[in-house]
Amino acid sequence: MSAPKELPAPSDRLKAHLPAIEADRQVTDWGRSERIEGLMDRTVYDWLYHYWFRCEVEGIENVPSSGGALLVSNHSGALPPDAAMILKAIKEEHSRPRPLHLTVEHFFKGYPGFSMLVAKIGGVPAHPANVHRLLADEEQLVLVFPEGRKGTEKLYKDRYKLRRFGRGGFVEAAMRAKAPIVPVAVVGAEEAMPIFAHMSALQRLTGLLYFPITPTFPHLGLAGFVGYLPAKFKIRFLEPVRTDDMGEEPWLDRGLIQTVADEIRARVQEELIDMLAHRRSVWFG
Amino acid sequence: MTRILVTGVSSFWGGRLARALEADERVETIIGVSPEDPTMELERTEFVRVGTQHALLRRIVQAAEIDTVIDSRLVVDSVQASPRDAHEINVIGTMNILAACGGYGGQSSPVRKVIFKSSAHYYGCERDDPAFFTEAMQRPHPPRTRLESDIVEAESAVRGFAERNKDVTVTVLRFANGLGPELRTSHGDLLSLPAVPCILGFDPRYQFVHEDDIVGVLEHAVAHELPGTYNVAGDGVLVLSEVASLLGRPLAPVLPPWGTGLATRALRATGVRIPEEVAQQLRFGRGLDNRKLKAAGFSLRYTTREAVAKFAEDLRVRALRQDGGAPYRYEREVEEFLRYSPSVRRRGEAAREESAG
Repeated sequence: MSAPKELPAPSDRLKAHLPAIEADRQVTDWGRSERIEGLMDRTVYDWLYHYWFRCEVEGIENVPSSGGALLVSNHSGALPPDAAMILKAIKEEHSRPRPLHLTVEHFFKGYPGFSMLVAKIGGVPAHPANVHRLLADEEQLVLVFPEGRKGTEKLYKDRYKLRRFGRGGFVEAAMRAKAPIVPVAVVGAEEAMPIFAHMSALQRLTGLLYFPITPTFPHLGLAGFVGYLPAKFKIRFLEPVRTDDMGEEPWLDRGLIQTVADEIRARVQEELIDMLAHRRSVWFG
Repeated sequence: MTRILVTGVSSFWGGRLARALEADERVETIIGVSPEDPTMELERTEFVRVGTQHALLRRIVQAAEIDTVIDSRLVVDSVQASPRDAHEINVIGTMNILAACGGYGGQSSPVRKVIFKSSAHYYGCERDDPAFFTEAMQRPHPPRTRLESDIVEAESAVRGFAERNKDVTVTVLRFANGLGPELRTSHGDLLSLPAVPCILGFDPRYQFVHEDDIVGVLEHAVAHELPGTYNVAGDGVLVLSEVASLLGRPLAPVLPPWGTGLATRALRATGVRIPEEVAQQLRFGRGLDNRKLKAAGFSLRYTTREAVAKFAEDLRVRALRQDGGAPYRYEREVEEFLRYSPSVRRRGEAAREESAG
């Protein structure tokens, strides 16, 4: 996240002036399309979730059923399937399913093709102001991957070792919105599309974020980009961390932000280690 | 009672605004200035053909005891003027008008309110933009086009004026792309084509404001105290494919994602002009947060979707309408006769006489 750090002052007064929802529209103001999301859901997600990754979900009750909440997860795989599976898990398992907004790199807004698709299926550029509006004003669920690119580009040999959790920007965003943080641990994504190496020359040529070598890419061409291995997925939603009881304007305290960020990182890492210890097979769980 | 000076009265915005203000009885005097003739029929607005020479403007302001100045002359579409002219109008013109509004040589100015029409081009259009710009946000990168840097410079001049003259209410209105049957913009032209041109692989977010709301907001700022900066945009943000389907036209991805600049130059040969700032919007789109304006008591009549739908209605009948009456032409002698000749029976007087008799 290299966006400017200027955030609007939190204001309840303006919340009442959010635009009304127009019933005829199928696309939200964020560019999310019900139709395309539904299509993806029925064709790709459904099949991946139930048959390919055979997702197993624990602690879904930790996702609040109303109000804004920030989901924080580990991130992995060349074309990460974890975001889509968390989204699908909430849709399938939660007693009151809600749309989940995925924060994505600004890169996707600038790259043709991705720019169209990513926003349609619920991607929102990871700008602090966007996260704030979603959490505080629209009271939505937002998913962030604080590891960002460092998470997805890590190699197979480094799997399940969490990278640095950004600069704690996600904690600050949650504090300003007074929204709880729900840590999420995902096991399986690392094996679904492992990266063995990077080719920086081709990365520069194509202008992509990275150009990985995976079991299927690039030798199977573009099709290889979505060629996931059938690893068993386990998603665990952990106990939420409240941010509304941290005093007045806690976001001014950089030390507190770093401490909370590190604690959340440690909890996800501990949980991953625990889940891996109980896993007997990569493919069967 | 307000005494108003409208600059750029020959522009669409200025003309429509002057007409709307004429209907308001609380407005005592309206003086329209512009270097060009008005393009709309005006009833009681007095037109003075003058550019932005501050000495002349100051004399008008002082002599007519103007208390409200509405600066509606900013060029926000590089189709309307060459870059050099646009710079002259936007930067130098704004400086001059502000100079005319301020006190001079110990003499205090009668001006109590300045309303400056700016544009959302102030924020630019970049990959790293937030999805909704609020008024407090800065653009993440320096201006990319000359038009944008001119607008940024003009606004900073207005901010400087506001700081120096604390007793003057300064309102800056940043308008999203305007849309309406009478308004001519490069976006309006693009959406009027048989197919809506777009960049391959991009579906940008767009926000429009209907021309009635444009005039409505300016009027609202005249009648109320709105110090500071306000975004003006319809509720809701549409993606371009939604806009095209509302218009009932197909999207034509005629612009390649790489080398877009070359392609727009080639398209110009076919008569389709896509200026640089429009190309940026076609790539990244832009959304504004209009809640501050709504909190200030203005309710927009049209959402973005309704503005586009209205525009679509007009497009369908545009060919039929074009055959109608000749366009308005300003003739000084005729206007002066209509205004000042004792033989002309004016509407208000006629009504008064009737009620008296």
